[in-house]
Amino acid sequence: MTCLPEKTDKKLGLVIDLDICVGCHACATSCKEWNTSGYSAPLSDHDPYGADPSGAWLNRIHSFEATTAEGVSKTVHFPRSCLHCEEPDCVTVCPTGASYKREEDGIVLVNPDTCIGCKLCSWACPYGAREYDYDDGVMKKCTLCVDRIYNENIPEEDRVPACVRACPTGARAFGDLGDPDSDVSKSVAERDGFNLLDEFGYKPVNKYLPPRINSVQAAPVAEEPAAPDGSRLEKLFAWADKALSR
Amino acid sequence: MAQTKPIVETSPKVSDEVRQTTCYMCACRCGIDVHLRDGKVSYIEGNRNHPVNKGVICGKGASGIMQHYSPARLRAPMKRVGPRGSGQFEEISWDEALELATEWLGKVRKTDPKRLAFFTGRDQSQSLTGLWAMKYGTPNFAAHGGFCSVNMAAGGLYTFGGAFWEFGDPDWDYTKYFMLFGVAEDHASNPIKKGIGKIKKRGAKFVSVNPVRTGYNAVADEWIGIRPGTDALFVGALIHELFRMQQIDLDYLIRYTNSPWLVIQDPGAEDHGLFARNDDGDPLVWSNEAGGFGSGKISDLSASLTGTRTLPDGRTARTVFELMAERYLGDEYSPEAVEERTGVPATQIRKIAAELAHVAFEEEVIIQREWTDAWGRKHDKLIGRPISMHAMRGISAHSNGFQTCRMIHILQILLGSIDCPGGFRYKPPYPKQTPPNLLPHGASGDIKPEMPLGGPHLGFPHGPHHLLLDEEGGPNRLDKGFSWDAPMSAHGLMHMVINNAAEKDPYGIDVLFMYMANMAWNSSMNTPGTIDALTKTDENGDYVIPKIIYSDAYYSETVPFADLILPDTTYLERYDCISLLDRPISEPEILADSIRYPVVEPDRDVRGFQTVLIDLGARLGLPGFVDDAGAPLYPGGYPDYMVNHERKPGVGPLAGFRGKDGTEYGVGDKNPDQLKRYIENGSFWEQRFDPEHAYFRHANRGYLDWGIKKGIRLTPDATIFQLYSEPVQRFRLAAEGHGDRQPPDRARERIQKYFDPLPFWYEPMEGAMVDTSKFALHAITQRPMHMYHSWGSQNAWLRQITAQNRLYIHTSVGEQIGAKDDDWVWLSSHQGRVKCQVKLMDGVNPHTVWTWNAIGKRRGAWGLSDDAPESNQGFLLNHLISELLPAGGGGYRYSNSDPITGQAAWFDLRVSIEKADGDEKTEPFFEPVGTGMQEPSPTKVAFGAEFRRKAQ
Amino acid sequence: MHPAYSVIVFTTSSGAGYGLLFWLSLAHLAGRLPGGAMAFVAIALALALITVGLLSSTMHLGHPERAIGAFSQWRSSWLSREGVAAVATYAPAGLLALIWLIGADTGVTKLLALLSAIGAVATVYCTGMIYGSLRTIRQWNKGLTPVVYLALSGATGALLLAVLMSLFGASAQWIGVITLVSLVIAGVAKLAYWRQIDADPGQYTTAMATGLGGQGGSVRPLDPPHTKPNFVMREMGYQVARKHASRLRRLSAIALFAVPIVAVLIAVFAPGGAAVLYLIAALAAGWGVATERWLFFAEAEHVSQLYYGATRA
Repeated sequence: MTCLPEKTDKKLGLVIDLDICVGCHACATSCKEWNTSGYSAPLSDHDPYGADPSGAWLNRIHSFEATTAEGVSKTVHFPRSCLHCEEPDCVTVCPTGASYKREEDGIVLVNPDTCIGCKLCSWACPYGAREYDYDDGVMKKCTLCVDRIYNENIPEEDRVPACVRACPTGARAFGDLGDPDSDVSKSVAERDGFNLLDEFGYKPVNKYLPPRINSVQAAPVAEEPAAPDGSRLEKLFAWADKALSR
Repeated sequence: MAQTKPIVETSPKVSDEVRQTTCYMCACRCGIDVHLRDGKVSYIEGNRNHPVNKGVICGKGASGIMQHYSPARLRAPMKRVGPRGSGQFEEISWDEALELATEWLGKVRKTDPKRLAFFTGRDQSQSLTGLWAMKYGTPNFAAHGGFCSVNMAAGGLYTFGGAFWEFGDPDWDYTKYFMLFGVAEDHASNPIKKGIGKIKKRGAKFVSVNPVRTGYNAVADEWIGIRPGTDALFVGALIHELFRMQQIDLDYLIRYTNSPWLVIQDPGAEDHGLFARNDDGDPLVWSNEAGGFGSGKISDLSASLTGTRTLPDGRTARTVFELMAERYLGDEYSPEAVEERTGVPATQIRKIAAELAHVAFEEEVIIQREWTDAWGRKHDKLIGRPISMHAMRGISAHSNGFQTCRMIHILQILLGSIDCPGGFRYKPPYPKQTPPNLLPHGASGDIKPEMPLGGPHLGFPHGPHHLLLDEEGGPNRLDKGFSWDAPMSAHGLMHMVINNAAEKDPYGIDVLFMYMANMAWNSSMNTPGTIDALTKTDENGDYVIPKIIYSDAYYSETVPFADLILPDTTYLERYDCISLLDRPISEPEILADSIRYPVVEPDRDVRGFQTVLIDLGARLGLPGFVDDAGAPLYPGGYPDYMVNHERKPGVGPLAGFRGKDGTEYGVGDKNPDQLKRYIENGSFWEQRFDPEHAYFRHANRGYLDWGIKKGIRLTPDATIFQLYSEPVQRFRLAAEGHGDRQPPDRARERIQKYFDPLPFWYEPMEGAMVDTSKFALHAITQRPMHMYHSWGSQNAWLRQITAQNRLYIHTSVGEQIGAKDDDWVWLSSHQGRVKCQVKLMDGVNPHTVWTWNAIGKRRGAWGLSDDAPESNQGFLLNHLISELLPAGGGGYRYSNSDPITGQAAWFDLRVSIEKADGDEKTEPFFEPVGTGMQEPSPTKVAFGAEFRRKAQ
Repeated sequence: MHPAYSVIVFTTSSGAGYGLLFWLSLAHLAGRLPGGAMAFVAIALALALITVGLLSSTMHLGHPERAIGAFSQWRSSWLSREGVAAVATYAPAGLLALIWLIGADTGVTKLLALLSAIGAVATVYCTGMIYGSLRTIRQWNKGLTPVVYLALSGATGALLLAVLMSLFGASAQWIGVITLVSLVIAGVAKLAYWRQIDADPGQYTTAMATGLGGQGGSVRPLDPPHTKPNFVMREMGYQVARKHASRLRRLSAIALFAVPIVAVLIAVFAPGGAAVLYLIAALAAGWGVATERWLFFAEAEHVSQLYYGATRA
């Protein structure tokens, strides 16, 4: 593993809250529009007005129907992008060193000037997070908006990835997951955040927060035995009169 | 081996300039920051200071670049030279186009202005287009509200002076229980998303009532997969339970509603079912304090909610409360009675009712804040029942939507949760009066050559005397709005215009003038029929609709059917005015309006439609568009109008930065620098409320007085909630034979049945009229969130997400017909059949099938290639939806609409399904429309490459 | 995995080339390689096959002009190592070819042959390990993967040498035996490989990939992110019907092993028709190995497909 840093100073990443993602694709298209003229420019689209439109996107939104063993079914919207793993083979398989993990913040990047477009890194990624740009001939991937998050030309509060900046429900958060005191780390701890394919062992930095159910603890109301016609009305009116005369 | 670290430029220049305007990728109207590089639009993000979106942007908004540079954009005015639909046009100059339009329109105005029908689609300038039509003098104007939102607008405005739609919002900061009825991704899209995120994080419970579990419904804590069109049964059962458990806010009812008002009980009399009134016309209550009758308008806290009273004239009267309790405590609204029809188990209904009661009354929110009510009573705190609700298309698009919407409002009001902390809050200028005091105009006597109409077209009739009828009592509007067919059609019936014109029922027209409405495709019911109507010829071979003028920015399916095309700009090239006179962008705590201005100049020979309309108004010499000498009043076009038009003294399209120095708002002098000030402020203006004015605004003295001062309220009186609707009863009385305005006999039974002053559930029209054993399934649609109102199929990015729609069916339906994912099926209705591909899912009501709407496209349109999935596999349900109901008794075919409001009943559709064989193409498969002067679309997009090359 | 023709050509052609290089080098070391034109033609053919293969492999690169950079990451990347090994092997093999071309006879050819043989083994091993090291594809991530690559390279190389020798009239029994043994070893390895991958249902599930559904639940895609396939689906979502695959397996086993083994057996025991028999064997094996390689990709399932409808991977 000569090409992975032994450790990184930070573990920058995203936390995605599956509990509130409504699947609006704002993060996906915001990512597309930022990055198509940013570090990864362009993110080409082929046959954009034809039979088989496709293109390079660094963030894609799936939707699943998940059913538990007990038969409880739920629809879940599921954004998926590079997880900036700590020990990913996508970096080590790269023959040119174009694919690399940054020591300072852990971001996994592809150098668009040295990538030869062999696609092997995409084969090594179990998450399907790397997108080959057929037009540009190089591999593209989420950069965590490396050209936004440190960008001194944009206001400080906007120095987050474009997807986080866009998300209308607030289902995406950005921060240092290596710092246990960061907001993102705390939300992961509180909400039982989890890794995708943890068993695979790449140690993803991005985390997902599971769907949850908010409930109201109201006392159950028993059904009344059938009553003669009109008695319910009489009771209601008597109650209303009494309540109002107080 | 030590690696040389590549140098990453982490602080690249983002853009040369940022210009702030208002998004138009849907109806939500968020503020956007548009970044420009080398004069090109390079990046669009949300404006952090904007009251609507507060910085966020949606999937559509972030794809605006691809809309702006769409290959389907129109490039110059065009005159049709081939047959309609052929797409054979010749480009003409603007002068020629405007002269032609002036000639056509001028002729009609000189003879019979009624023979112009002017209808607009997703127009955000109805206060201008309406004014223009009014000054022109035709009664035939409306926007697309009649097939979109009117049930919500009318249901709400008649009941509590506000509405769901975009006129109010849940109190996201305080609500603890949010109920969402039906698909709601269409309006207020970012505010609702932000709100859902907020309440879920806070631990509030979110209940969704929707046959389909996608989008917002997917994150609901409890999903109620109700059968379409039965919401009022479910809500009725909740009300039933609340009455049974005696869990209602009596104090709130006494203070703010007409529940203590006395209703005359004298069956057969001409005033049966109307309110008993005193000599001043005030409705009567029984005042316990006075020991006699009192006025219902003074919020008498001793008014009795119950009891049968003998009126001074000896007749009896009962309170609204009693009538209401009687209605909803009836067995037909018991949970058991509704469970089979709705598909919601009685136990679940009971549980929800108990939760509503618990949250409303055990978990009330109290804000310590002084305020004064409309009757001068001081309060030291705000008591909130933190239950909030929202509904839109899912309720609206049924023929029982008006009554259902009203019933939901009654549920809210019984819980005391309108405009209280944690409840549903008005967005100013709402609340309005109940019933609204805006009346419709355009009855036959009002239509004269070269004369303007006496007032605006659209309004809210209080009874039969406000209908717009011709001399014979028939409809005076082409769409039959405000006639006995749809008496309270406050937004018109755009869905009927083309077919009525082609049938000359009630009469023919000479010019059809439309803006931004894809009526030859997905915005019409019965699309094939509408296409036939657009191309129908008379015995001489002339088109029955002789002239069609159409304005749009893009080559839609409708463009090829028009005779004259007035090409509009994209939203980044135009001025617009999102006015308080129209559909405001206010938030509950903020009064706001906004503008668009050209952040880039058009690179084609196109003009903003509003500027063109103002130009046409001047050329036609319409009053209000020319001065006394006949010179144009707004030679500078729309921006000129936005600043200098006054609706009444001091009140113009824009409320902000008024007065000579721009310091006034609401009412104030014209300010020549107004637009500059808007642009400097991010293209919007906002005014935050005094915290004392933040709640109970229907009866908040400070707010009401402030509203009058600022020109957004007409009377200082409180808005009293109309649980029992007297205007509705007036129509029923007419149908029973009372009064001098009488419906035709064929309509009597219908009006008697549906015009119930207390909301009730009835089987939606189509379900009641077709054989439901054959058409056992319901079929509904929704637009994907990333495309709602976005014209997105021409958008290179958005169409990658959804380039084809499938028919979603419940897994059990798939098993029944032996269909797996991607198999082809025939879906049939009484109107026709469509061949499409299915996708099986669990999260849908088992009696319901659904699809993404308006993904199916016609070949030739939108710059798409002929082999695009949209036109080969994608399909529309519109082909199955008839614009007319089957013939009832007497053979008359009513519009497929709500009998009260005329709202198009898109979601009433009943279908049957069977597996299909054959080739893998959708049917009906339309011939391509001609592509006219459009250039071929590119085969590759590498947007942004030029910026990178430049940087290097 | 999408069976890209450039990669199939690359691995089969260069595999055979390195196999040929290996055997002719060993034969030379053992003093059994016929000299003269035959030796040169053999090594030239080996180098030509290797070169065609390598050139073909660059065809699937987005930026072949930057390929020089691919030699830099030999510490971690099997692809880089393969590049280094391939280029390194050119040196002794090229020199050897040159010496044989000009007909010089020096003692250094033995050393060059030894280095060439080592280089051939190393390169083919690296090729196998490019695939064998990918944990995302369980059908590849097996110890047998590089073994099969080596064995097939050896068998196809031996066949080619046998063809050449017989064409040059220098057919000998020893090459027949070597070919036979190589084919049997490759056949056994490949059959074992197929058995192994068939027995592995995959340890990763959609529940692991999404964290949804819980123990014993199910996760089913409702809507894919985009209507039409994207790069990941095209590249890694290639699917071949099980029935189709097993038919192709049988055909490739017959063409790659059964036919050549029978033909070589006959050639060994009835050397009269050796040239024709070896040619038949080589052509059959060529078709067979291409099919085998196509299947190697087509049957490979990528973990990322768990997000696109696969239930296990």
